Amino acid sequence: MSLTKDAKRGMLRTMLRIRRVQERIESEYLKDEMKTPVHLYIGQEAIATGVCATLRKDDAINSNHRSHGHYLAKGGDLKAMMAELFCRTTGCSKGYGGSMHLVDVEHGNLGTSAIVGGGIPIGTGLGLAFQMQKLDRVSVVFFGDGAADEGTLYESLNFAMLKNLPVVYVMENNGWAVCSPTATRHCGDNVFHKGAQDRLFSAKIDGNDPEAVYETTLKAVERARRGEGPSFIECTTYRILGHAGCVSQDPKGYRDPAEIESWRERCPVCAYQSKLQAEGVVNASFLADVEAEIAAEIDVAFDFARQSPLPTAADLHKYLFCE
Amino acid sequence: MPWSRIRPDTNEPEFMSAAVDGGLQGRRISYAEATNEALSQALSLDPRVFVMGQGVDDPSGMFGATKNLHMAYGRERVFDTPLAETALSGIAVGAALGGMRPVYFHNRPDFLLLAMDQLVNHAAKWFYMFGGAANVPLVFWACVGRGWGSAAQHSQALQGLFMHVPGLKLVMPSTCFDAKGLMLAAIADKNPVLIIDHRMNFKQRGIVPEEPYTVPIGKGVIRRKGTDCTVVAVSHLVTDAFIAAQELAGEGIEAEVIDPRTLRPLDEDLILESVSRTGRLVICDTGWKTGGVTAEISAMVAEKGFQHLKAPIARVTNPDLPTPAGYTLEQAYYIGKDDIRKAIVRTVRGQ
Ligand SMILES: Cc1ncc(C[n+]2csc(CCOP(=O)(O)OP(=O)(O)O)c2C)c(N)n1
Ligand SMILES: [Mg+2]
Repeated sequence: MSLTKDAKRGMLRTMLRIRRVQERIESEYLKDEMKTPVHLYIGQEAIATGVCATLRKDDAINSNHRSHGHYLAKGGDLKAMMAELFCRTTGCSKGYGGSMHLVDVEHGNLGTSAIVGGGIPIGTGLGLAFQMQKLDRVSVVFFGDGAADEGTLYESLNFAMLKNLPVVYVMENNGWAVCSPTATRHCGDNVFHKGAQDRLFSAKIDGNDPEAVYETTLKAVERARRGEGPSFIECTTYRILGHAGCVSQDPKGYRDPAEIESWRERCPVCAYQSKLQAEGVVNASFLADVEAEIAAEIDVAFDFARQSPLPTAADLHKYLFCE
Repeated sequence: MPWSRIRPDTNEPEFMSAAVDGGLQGRRISYAEATNEALSQALSLDPRVFVMGQGVDDPSGMFGATKNLHMAYGRERVFDTPLAETALSGIAVGAALGGMRPVYFHNRPDFLLLAMDQLVNHAAKWFYMFGGAANVPLVFWACVGRGWGSAAQHSQALQGLFMHVPGLKLVMPSTCFDAKGLMLAAIADKNPVLIIDHRMNFKQRGIVPEEPYTVPIGKGVIRRKGTDCTVVAVSHLVTDAFIAAQELAGEGIEAEVIDPRTLRPLDEDLILESVSRTGRLVICDTGWKTGGVTAEISAMVAEKGFQHLKAPIARVTNPDLPTPAGYTLEQAYYIGKDDIRKAIVRTVRGQ
């Protein structure tokens, strides 16, 4: 099934929305109002967007510390996300979680772990639950190249293959884990591109091309829905900004500025926008409208967050156990 | 994360233990520099020593503790690792068995939970389980995070869990002098030693001698003499307890402040001797209350020093809850100087 014009416009809109939200957070971070470590998604928007465009509302996603893009692409409410970053009671986690612990149960986002690799078995377990309940829901797990260093990936994939679980593992290889390049941590290609073809659909794709991400993921999701088991999709991309915080907080000297520049030139948002313009799918007035809508939504979300109440000492003991 | 804005760098208070520490002449350096110097000296003195961990060769070098060591000693001996705490902990155990002296930096205790199997089931058991045939001389290090929405998975002070485990030595330094001396002692030790540090400690500057020296593992120290109440505090709470005690001196209460420095083996005699003079005990820990460090120390004193107690033992800890992210919740969550002060007053005056 090829993408309709509307679907393409929708993907571009999602990518722009994620990008502008990240930019606004970046530009306001030094005001110290968002007292929570932020991991920005700039440069990786095509992945969350392309993947989530293949999913239904009741499909599950599980992500990691760098989760703003996944949360938004899956349908997450921006106001609730911003309020969480401002640690307010109106935040998606009511101020108990912060930027690394977003949740949106309504859209299948059952909570985000900031322990690298921690979400991978949990996403696998969601797949197990769907299978046991004979639901045709799919579980998608987003994780980085750093998480692909962890044993949980190998243990989870083995189990998913063994049980034929409806799980799609999306590895976002953005070249870095904090200040360590992927190449110094991985011995060549991930092993899941090599073996177990009959049990695992595996692909390595350009993670900056939302349509490639969409098409490959769609295959994986359809397989999973048909009960044909798990997939492993490695998306090559790049973390344009620092590991955490805003640009000025990124330590200098650990990566080559020319490398960053070359990836900036491959910006997934700009590239997709140009492509759709060239195809005549979007024009300048559409883009101006979308930008204006997004800017207005961001203003509203930031205002909402700032004006929302802070939790107080009286709230401290809430939520330890579910009554 | 703007840690610098959470707490500015401060000089350590003038603990009476400065004299006990041998009156050694030194320079005032930062906590990170003290740790870094210990590692550097160990690397240069002992070819078996190597340093591993995620980001040990980063520009920030593990909050400064490992900064630039790879430049001086090469990447074979100071190396970054994949994010694979479970296997790499076992690899460190194997390397120790094979004749090396690994020092594995784990950034935060939260990530040590992935290393738990190797640390608890393997490293801590090896010497005993094989009747002393093979020992595991390794050092694990982790630094408790705090503040700026570190939240439930990036701020856990898990010493209570590790204190429970026989076969594992557990060290929690609180001064720059001890950070260096205990690191060198841990590296020289023939057993697995876990050092749990704290980001708040990394805001300290203290007097540290330049030459290599060790601080004995298993020996605590009195940071302030007092007659009315013994206060046992760990990690950065030693400073809070000390300041609380200084303040109370003006109000007619003389509290004695003990820094155990090592939680396992615990310097029981030091604590018991102090309680035998003061008759009162307040215990302060950066972790949780239930089943933790304060529980263990209370039980030990109740068992062995009950006859000296004139008042119930008081414990000052964070509430038994995961750490919340929001800063207003953090403020309500964390304990500090004023909580310790209140506990001392209550214990001494009975109100
Ligand atoms: C188990 C564990 N080890 C280490 C960390 C510290 N840490 C947080 S994010 C990160 C890098 C993760 O890299 P990757 O998975 O590639 O994700 P990216 O940041 O590139 O999106 C590290 C080392 C952690 N949170 N959990
Ligand atoms: Mg990465």
